[in-house]
Amino acid sequence: MIAHIAMAAGFSLILIGLYGALTNRNILRMIVAFTLANTGVNLVLISVGYISGRTAPILDSSVPLADASARIIDPIPQALVLTAIVIGVGVTALMLAYAYKLHESKGTLDITKFQDLKW
Amino acid sequence: MIKRASVLLLLLGLGAVFASLLLDYVPSTELSLTATYYAERGAQETGATNLITAILVTYRGLDTLGEVTVLFLAAAIVGLVLSRGRQAGETGDAGGATAAPPAGELLSTGKDLLVPLILLLGVYVIANGHLTPGGGFQGGAILASAILLILLTDPMRRFSHRLIAALESVSGLVFVGMGVLGIFLAGGFLDNRILPLGTLGELFSAGAIPVIYAFVGLKVGAEFSSMLVNLSETRESRS
Repeated sequence: MIAHIAMAAGFSLILIGLYGALTNRNILRMIVAFTLANTGVNLVLISVGYISGRTAPILDSSVPLADASARIIDPIPQALVLTAIVIGVGVTALMLAYAYKLHESKGTLDITKFQDLKW
Repeated sequence: MIKRASVLLLLLGLGAVFASLLLDYVPSTELSLTATYYAERGAQETGATNLITAILVTYRGLDTLGEVTVLFLAAAIVGLVLSRGRQAGETGDAGGATAAPPAGELLSTGKDLLVPLILLLGVYVIANGHLTPGGGFQGGAILASAILLILLTDPMRRFSHRLIAALESVSGLVFVGMGVLGIFLAGGFLDNRILPLGTLGELFSAGAIPVIYAFVGLKVGAEFSSMLVNLSETRESRS
Protein backbone atom coordinates (compact mmCIF):
# COMPACT_ATOMS: atom_id res chain seq x y z
CA MET A 1 0.00 0.00 0.00
CA ILE A 2 2.68 2.48 1.00
CA ALA A 3 4.49 1.84 -2.27
CA HIS A 4 1.31 2.87 -4.09
CA ILE A 5 1.01 6.05 -2.03
CA ALA A 6 4.64 6.97 -2.65
CA MET A 7 4.28 6.23 -6.34
CA ALA A 8 1.08 8.30 -6.60
CA ALA A 9 2.85 11.17 -4.83
CA GLY A 10 5.79 10.86 -7.21
CA PHE A 11 3.55 10.86 -10.30
CA SER A 12 1.63 13.87 -8.95
CA LEU A 13 4.90 15.72 -8.37
CA ILE A 14 5.97 14.99 -11.95
CA LEU A 15 2.65 16.33 -13.27
CA ILE A 16 2.76 19.41 -11.04
CA GLY A 17 6.34 20.07 -12.07
CA LEU A 18 5.56 19.72 -15.79
CA TYR A 19 2.50 21.95 -15.43
CA GLY A 20 4.60 24.59 -13.69
CA ALA A 21 7.39 24.36 -16.26
CA LEU A 22 4.97 24.68 -19.17
CA THR A 23 2.74 27.47 -17.88
CA ASN A 24 5.08 29.73 -15.92
CA ARG A 25 6.78 32.49 -17.83
CA ASN A 26 9.48 33.29 -15.31
CA ILE A 27 12.58 31.20 -15.91
CA LEU A 28 13.35 30.89 -12.19
CA ARG A 29 9.90 29.45 -11.56
CA MET A 30 10.42 27.01 -14.42
CA ILE A 31 13.66 25.85 -12.78
CA VAL A 32 11.84 25.30 -9.48
CA ALA A 33 9.17 23.35 -11.36
CA PHE A 34 11.81 21.18 -12.99
CA THR A 35 13.34 20.32 -9.63
CA LEU A 36 9.84 19.36 -8.41
CA ALA A 37 9.45 16.98 -11.36
CA ASN A 38 12.94 15.65 -10.66
CA THR A 39 11.95 14.87 -7.07
CA GLY A 40 8.86 13.11 -8.36
CA VAL A 41 10.92 10.86 -10.62
CA ASN A 42 13.18 9.98 -7.69
CA LEU A 43 10.17 9.15 -5.52
CA VAL A 44 8.71 6.84 -8.16
CA LEU A 45 12.06 5.07 -8.60
CA ILE A 46 12.42 4.58 -4.84
CA SER A 47 8.88 3.26 -4.48
CA VAL A 48 9.51 0.57 -7.12
CA GLY A 49 12.19 -0.99 -4.92
CA TYR A 50 10.04 -1.05 -1.80
CA ILE A 51 8.90 -4.37 -0.45
CA SER A 52 6.27 -4.34 2.26
CA GLY A 53 7.44 -5.31 5.73
CA ARG A 54 11.16 -5.13 5.02
CA THR A 55 13.90 -2.77 6.11
CA ALA A 56 16.74 -0.73 4.63
CA PRO A 57 19.56 -2.66 2.90
CA ILE A 58 22.05 -2.12 5.70
CA LEU A 59 23.26 -5.11 7.65
CA ASP A 60 23.37 -4.81 11.42
CA SER A 61 22.31 -6.77 14.49
CA SER A 62 18.65 -6.82 13.43
CA VAL A 63 19.45 -7.81 9.84
CA PRO A 64 21.91 -10.70 10.09
CA LEU A 65 23.86 -11.68 7.03
CA ALA A 66 22.31 -15.15 6.95
CA ASP A 67 18.77 -14.13 6.01
CA ALA A 68 19.54 -10.71 4.59
CA SER A 69 17.82 -11.51 1.29
CA ALA A 70 14.54 -12.08 3.16
CA ARG A 71 14.77 -8.93 5.27
CA ILE A 72 15.93 -6.08 3.06
CA ILE A 73 14.36 -4.06 0.27
CA ASP A 74 15.89 -3.74 -3.17
CA PRO A 75 19.13 -1.74 -2.88
CA ILE A 76 19.54 -1.09 -6.62
CA PRO A 77 16.87 1.63 -7.06
CA GLN A 78 18.28 3.37 -4.00
CA ALA A 79 21.77 3.42 -5.48
CA LEU A 80 20.29 4.72 -8.75
CA VAL A 81 18.39 7.48 -6.99
CA LEU A 82 21.48 8.49 -5.06
CA THR A 83 23.09 9.06 -8.45
CA ALA A 84 20.01 10.83 -9.78
CA ILE A 85 19.85 13.28 -6.86
CA VAL A 86 23.46 14.33 -7.34
CA ILE A 87 23.03 14.76 -11.09
CA GLY A 88 19.83 16.72 -10.38
CA VAL A 89 21.77 19.19 -8.28
CA GLY A 90 24.32 19.63 -11.06
CA VAL A 91 21.59 20.18 -13.66
CA THR A 92 19.84 22.70 -11.41
CA ALA A 93 23.07 24.64 -10.93
CA LEU A 94 23.59 24.60 -14.70
CA MET A 95 20.05 25.90 -15.31
CA LEU A 96 20.59 28.68 -12.78
CA ALA A 97 23.84 29.69 -14.45
CA TYR A 98 22.13 29.86 -17.85
CA ALA A 99 19.25 31.81 -16.31
CA TYR A 100 21.80 34.30 -15.02
CA LYS A 101 23.31 34.64 -18.49
CA LEU A 102 19.88 35.09 -20.05
CA HIS A 103 19.03 37.79 -17.55
CA GLU A 104 22.30 39.47 -18.33
CA SER A 105 21.65 39.46 -22.06
CA LYS A 106 18.06 40.73 -22.05
CA GLY A 107 17.60 42.19 -18.56
CA THR A 108 14.55 40.04 -17.97
CA LEU A 109 13.66 36.49 -16.98
CA ASP A 110 10.37 36.44 -18.90
CA ILE A 111 10.54 33.52 -21.34
CA THR A 112 8.23 35.25 -23.84
CA LYS A 113 10.89 37.93 -24.39
CA PHE A 114 13.34 35.34 -25.71
CA GLN A 115 12.18 34.76 -29.27
CA ASP A 116 15.48 34.34 -31.08
CA LEU A 117 14.85 30.66 -31.80
CA LYS A 118 11.10 30.95 -32.31
CA TRP A 119 9.60 30.42 -35.72
CA MET B 1 -5.73 30.26 -24.08
CA ILE B 2 -5.08 27.61 -26.67
CA LYS B 3 -1.64 27.16 -25.19
CA ARG B 4 -3.05 26.61 -21.72
CA ALA B 5 -5.57 24.12 -23.08
CA SER B 6 -2.91 22.16 -24.94
CA VAL B 7 -0.79 22.03 -21.80
CA LEU B 8 -3.73 20.67 -19.83
CA LEU B 9 -4.45 18.15 -22.58
CA LEU B 10 -0.84 16.96 -22.55
CA LEU B 11 -0.84 16.63 -18.77
CA LEU B 12 -4.17 14.82 -18.90
CA GLY B 13 -2.73 12.27 -21.32
CA LEU B 14 0.39 11.87 -19.23
CA GLY B 15 -1.75 11.57 -16.10
CA ALA B 16 -3.75 8.78 -17.76
CA VAL B 17 -0.53 6.93 -18.57
CA PHE B 18 0.69 7.36 -14.99
CA ALA B 19 -2.68 6.27 -13.58
CA SER B 20 -2.69 3.06 -15.58
CA LEU B 21 0.90 2.39 -14.51
CA LEU B 22 -0.06 3.01 -10.90
CA LEU B 23 -3.20 0.87 -10.97
CA ASP B 24 -1.44 -2.04 -12.61
CA TYR B 25 1.54 -1.88 -10.30
CA VAL B 26 1.91 -4.92 -8.12
CA PRO B 27 4.62 -4.50 -5.48
CA SER B 28 7.08 -7.34 -5.63
CA THR B 29 7.38 -9.60 -2.63
CA GLU B 30 10.75 -11.03 -3.56
CA LEU B 31 14.06 -9.40 -4.38
CA SER B 32 15.12 -9.47 -8.00
CA LEU B 33 17.91 -11.84 -9.01
CA THR B 34 20.62 -9.17 -8.94
CA ALA B 35 19.41 -7.78 -5.63
CA THR B 36 19.41 -11.27 -4.13
CA TYR B 37 23.01 -11.70 -5.21
CA TYR B 38 23.96 -8.40 -3.61
CA ALA B 39 22.08 -9.28 -0.43
CA GLU B 40 23.63 -12.72 -0.06
CA ARG B 41 27.15 -12.11 -1.27
CA GLY B 42 27.66 -8.35 -1.21
CA ALA B 43 28.67 -8.05 2.42
CA GLN B 44 31.16 -10.90 2.22
CA GLU B 45 32.65 -9.88 -1.08
CA THR B 46 33.10 -6.19 -0.28
CA GLY B 47 33.10 -6.11 3.53
CA ALA B 48 30.62 -3.21 3.58
CA THR B 49 27.49 -3.54 5.69
CA ASN B 50 25.78 -0.75 3.76
CA LEU B 51 24.88 -2.60 0.59
CA ILE B 52 24.09 0.62 -1.29
CA THR B 53 27.66 1.73 -0.76
CA ALA B 54 28.89 -1.68 -1.88
CA ILE B 55 26.88 -1.33 -5.09
CA LEU B 56 27.86 2.30 -5.71
CA VAL B 57 31.57 2.04 -5.04
CA THR B 58 32.42 -1.50 -6.06
CA TYR B 59 29.83 -3.32 -8.19
CA ARG B 60 28.80 -0.22 -10.13
CA GLY B 61 31.93 1.77 -9.43
CA LEU B 62 32.30 2.69 -13.09
CA ASP B 63 28.86 4.35 -12.98
CA THR B 64 29.96 6.36 -9.97
CA LEU B 65 33.05 7.44 -11.86
CA GLY B 66 30.78 8.57 -14.69
CA GLU B 67 28.51 10.35 -12.24
CA VAL B 68 31.40 12.24 -10.71
CA THR B 69 32.50 13.15 -14.23
CA VAL B 70 29.03 14.52 -15.05
CA LEU B 71 29.13 16.55 -11.86
CA PHE B 72 32.58 17.83 -12.75
CA LEU B 73 31.33 18.83 -16.20
CA ALA B 74 28.35 20.66 -14.68
CA ALA B 75 30.63 22.53 -12.27
CA ALA B 76 33.07 23.36 -15.06
CA ILE B 77 30.33 24.66 -17.35
CA VAL B 78 28.84 26.76 -14.54
CA GLY B 79 32.28 28.24 -14.02
CA LEU B 80 32.79 28.83 -17.75
CA VAL B 81 29.36 30.40 -18.31
CA LEU B 82 29.60 32.67 -15.30
CA SER B 83 33.24 33.67 -15.63
CA ARG B 84 32.64 35.27 -19.03
CA GLY B 85 29.88 37.40 -17.59
CA ARG B 86 32.14 38.38 -14.72
CA GLN B 87 34.86 39.79 -16.96
CA ALA B 88 32.36 41.82 -18.94
CA GLY B 89 30.58 42.99 -15.79
CA GLU B 90 33.66 44.02 -13.88
CA THR B 91 34.84 46.50 -16.48
CA GLY B 92 31.37 48.02 -16.41
CA ASP B 93 30.86 48.62 -12.74
CA ALA B 94 34.39 48.72 -11.37
CA GLY B 95 34.37 50.95 -8.34
CA GLY B 96 30.61 50.99 -8.36
CA ALA B 97 30.53 47.74 -6.41
CA THR B 98 28.77 48.46 -3.16
CA ALA B 99 29.73 46.52 -0.07
CA ALA B 100 27.04 44.12 1.08
CA PRO B 101 25.33 45.10 4.33
CA PRO B 102 26.86 43.29 7.32
CA ALA B 103 25.28 40.01 8.28
CA GLY B 104 23.24 40.08 11.45
CA GLU B 105 24.52 39.03 14.84
CA LEU B 106 22.54 35.80 14.70
CA LEU B 107 23.90 34.75 11.34
CA SER B 108 27.55 35.55 12.04
CA THR B 109 27.56 33.95 15.51
CA GLY B 110 25.62 31.01 14.17
CA LYS B 111 28.17 30.61 11.39
CA ASP B 112 31.10 30.58 13.83
CA LEU B 113 29.33 27.97 15.92
CA LEU B 114 27.93 25.79 13.17
CA VAL B 115 30.60 25.65 10.46
CA PRO B 116 33.04 23.44 12.43
CA LEU B 117 30.16 21.20 13.51
CA ILE B 118 28.87 20.90 9.95
CA LEU B 119 32.35 20.05 8.70
CA LEU B 120 32.68 17.44 11.45
CA LEU B 121 29.32 15.93 10.52
CA GLY B 122 30.36 15.83 6.88
CA VAL B 123 33.57 13.99 7.70
CA TYR B 124 31.64 11.59 9.96
CA VAL B 125 29.08 10.82 7.28
CA ILE B 126 31.83 10.21 4.71
CA ALA B 127 33.93 8.04 7.04
CA ASN B 128 30.97 5.83 7.98
CA GLY B 129 29.62 5.49 4.47
CA HIS B 130 30.27 1.77 4.32
CA LEU B 131 28.57 1.07 7.67
CA THR B 132 25.59 3.40 8.03
CA PRO B 133 23.44 5.52 5.72
CA GLY B 134 25.78 8.07 4.24
CA GLY B 135 28.87 8.23 2.12
CA GLY B 136 30.84 10.42 -0.18
CA PHE B 137 28.00 12.13 -2.01
CA GLN B 138 25.94 12.94 1.06
CA GLY B 139 29.00 13.94 3.08
CA GLY B 140 30.33 16.04 0.24
CA ALA B 141 27.04 17.90 0.02
CA ILE B 142 27.19 18.51 3.80
CA LEU B 143 30.73 19.87 3.47
CA ALA B 144 29.58 22.22 0.72
CA SER B 145 26.68 23.40 2.88
CA ALA B 146 29.27 24.75 5.34
CA ILE B 147 30.72 26.79 2.47
CA LEU B 148 27.18 27.96 1.68
CA LEU B 149 26.73 29.16 5.26
CA ILE B 150 30.01 31.07 5.10
CA LEU B 151 28.93 32.66 1.82
CA LEU B 152 25.54 33.61 3.28
CA THR B 153 27.26 35.40 6.14
CA ASP B 154 29.77 37.18 3.98
CA PRO B 155 28.81 37.25 0.29
CA MET B 156 31.95 39.20 -0.62
CA ARG B 157 34.22 36.53 0.77
CA ARG B 158 36.54 35.03 -1.81
CA PHE B 159 37.66 31.43 -1.84
CA SER B 160 40.76 30.30 -3.65
CA HIS B 161 39.70 28.82 -6.96
CA ARG B 162 43.12 27.25 -7.30
CA LEU B 163 42.73 25.39 -4.00
CA ILE B 164 39.28 24.10 -4.94
CA ALA B 165 40.49 23.04 -8.40
CA ALA B 166 43.57 21.32 -6.93
CA LEU B 167 41.45 19.48 -4.34
CA GLU B 168 39.04 18.36 -7.00
CA SER B 169 41.61 17.13 -9.50
CA VAL B 170 43.76 15.39 -6.89
CA SER B 171 40.79 13.48 -5.48
CA GLY B 172 39.60 12.60 -8.97
CA LEU B 173 43.06 11.29 -9.83
CA VAL B 174 43.23 9.25 -6.62
CA PHE B 175 39.78 7.79 -7.37
CA VAL B 176 40.87 6.64 -10.84
CA GLY B 177 44.27 5.57 -9.48
CA MET B 178 42.66 3.31 -6.87
CA GLY B 179 40.50 1.86 -9.62
CA VAL B 180 43.53 1.11 -11.80
CA LEU B 181 45.34 -0.42 -8.81
CA GLY B 182 42.40 -2.78 -8.55
CA ILE B 183 43.20 -4.14 -12.01
CA PHE B 184 46.74 -5.07 -10.98
CA LEU B 185 46.29 -6.10 -7.34
CA ALA B 186 42.77 -7.54 -7.32
CA GLY B 187 39.96 -8.69 -9.58
CA GLY B 188 39.39 -5.67 -11.80
CA PHE B 189 38.82 -1.95 -12.16
CA LEU B 190 37.68 -0.40 -8.84
CA ASP B 191 37.88 -3.72 -7.02
CA ASN B 192 38.06 -2.82 -3.33
CA ARG B 193 40.08 -5.84 -2.27
CA ILE B 194 43.41 -4.10 -2.80
CA LEU B 195 43.31 -3.44 0.96
CA PRO B 196 42.44 -6.10 3.57
CA LEU B 197 38.68 -6.43 4.04
CA GLY B 198 38.90 -6.48 7.84
CA THR B 199 36.07 -7.42 10.16
CA LEU B 200 32.55 -6.82 8.90
CA GLY B 201 31.05 -3.77 10.59
CA GLU B 202 34.19 -2.04 11.83
CA LEU B 203 35.32 1.42 10.82
CA PHE B 204 38.52 0.21 9.21
CA SER B 205 37.06 -2.49 7.00
CA ALA B 206 35.63 -2.98 3.54
CA GLY B 207 39.02 -2.67 1.83
CA ALA B 208 39.39 0.39 -0.35
CA ILE B 209 35.75 1.53 -0.07
CA PRO B 210 36.29 4.09 2.73
CA VAL B 211 39.37 5.47 0.96
CA ILE B 212 37.61 5.77 -2.39
CA TYR B 213 34.51 7.24 -0.77
CA ALA B 214 36.58 9.78 1.16
CA PHE B 215 38.04 11.07 -2.08
CA VAL B 216 34.62 10.99 -3.76
CA GLY B 217 33.37 13.06 -0.83
CA LEU B 218 36.20 15.56 -1.21
CA LYS B 219 35.58 15.77 -4.93
CA VAL B 220 31.82 16.24 -4.59
CA GLY B 221 32.34 18.82 -1.84
CA ALA B 222 34.85 20.71 -3.99
CA GLU B 223 32.54 20.60 -7.02
CA PHE B 224 29.49 21.84 -5.12
CA SER B 225 31.65 24.50 -3.46
CA SER B 226 32.96 25.68 -6.81
CA MET B 227 29.38 25.97 -8.11
CA LEU B 228 28.35 27.95 -5.02
CA VAL B 229 31.43 30.17 -5.18
CA ASN B 230 30.92 30.81 -8.89
CA LEU B 231 27.26 31.64 -8.39
CA SER B 232 28.01 33.95 -5.48
CA GLU B 233 30.82 35.79 -7.25
CA THR B 234 28.58 36.98 -10.04
CA ARG B 235 27.64 40.62 -9.80
CA GLU B 236 24.10 41.93 -10.01
CA SER B 237 23.50 42.09 -13.73
CA ARG B 238 22.26 45.36 -15.11
CA SER B 239 18.53 45.30 -15.41
